[in-house]
Amino acid sequence: MATEIDSKQYVAEQGTFQVGPFELSSRLIVGSGRYENATMMKECLELSGAQCITVAVRRERLHDADGENLLDFIDSDKYVLLPNTAGCYSADDAVRVARMGREILRALGNPGADWVKLECLGDSKTLLPDPIATLDATEKLVNDGFHVLCYTSDDPVTARRLKAAGAAAVMPAGSPIGSGQGILNPNNIRIILEYLKDEDPDYPVIVDAGVGTASDVAQAMELGVDGVLLNTAIAHARDPHMMAQAMKHATLAGRQAFLAGRIPKRLYATASSPEEGIIATHPYPRGK
Amino acid sequence: MFAKRTSSLSTLIVEVNGEAVELSDGVTLSQLLQQLEITTRHVAVELNLEIIPFEKHAECILVDGDQLEVVTLVGGG
Repeated sequence: MATEIDSKQYVAEQGTFQVGPFELSSRLIVGSGRYENATMMKECLELSGAQCITVAVRRERLHDADGENLLDFIDSDKYVLLPNTAGCYSADDAVRVARMGREILRALGNPGADWVKLECLGDSKTLLPDPIATLDATEKLVNDGFHVLCYTSDDPVTARRLKAAGAAAVMPAGSPIGSGQGILNPNNIRIILEYLKDEDPDYPVIVDAGVGTASDVAQAMELGVDGVLLNTAIAHARDPHMMAQAMKHATLAGRQAFLAGRIPKRLYATASSPEEGIIATHPYPRGK
Repeated sequence: MFAKRTSSLSTLIVEVNGEAVELSDGVTLSQLLQQLEITTRHVAVELNLEIIPFEKHAECILVDGDQLEVVTLVGGG
């Protein structure tokens, strides 16, 4: 009699992952920006299965405030909030914004107070990171007690420098933010994984930015990254609800494929059905 | 302009999120936030580049020329 296979066991084996002080149950981290409305955002966060949600820090409106706050739509007891420093073009501004985010989350009692997604941009057209300012800000924030998750390019040397500076996680972009181009240079992601996980296999590497659809997420996960962070790919999909679920499944599928180990690629075919026992009436043409 | 000058003896001007706000002398940060109808639980306040923890808002007395950033969380990636 066949052994019973417990598919739930395999789902569980994709495992939690540790980033700084947090053990996250979902390897998908999603952003809360660019949704048509707050209700849509709330529903998509739920459907994505994510446990960690990124948020931005902006000036409070002094006039014409509509009375609505993001926090009315995100249950801060249920999610770990990850504040970002999006829009900062210098290390000093990024440090200021990180501290503001920490103060808001501390006042809320959200456990996400001491970590930050660091973005130090170098260019408004590409939204590519400024590697020198990012490194500078990382050092300052680590000294200030932050667990720093660094948005960076897919350059392996920069990634290594950020880890050495004390980053809690390095988050290379697959392609420019919001571009939906997917993983443009999987070889760089492979090298980053090799460099950062050498003798430190649990060090978290997260693909942040550029994802366009579910296969991009699966591809990233199959490369062996620990997680994927995305926003626009869900928020601007034609059907955000369905895409949120697709991203959840792709994260799991990619992780399982990575753990399962893919077959090597070959130039020629190998038959799946046995050659032995083929009937002889009309012999198949055989190559030489 | 004249009105502003006459009132300047008992008032001060601070900058909140890039806008000038006129306050009475001795006003605290808590009172400013109340005046602006801002819920303190969802904001952080930076005064002259230093974060003022929410527990200290009530004892923080503002002075003329103070520069404040009052921020909250919004959707972002």
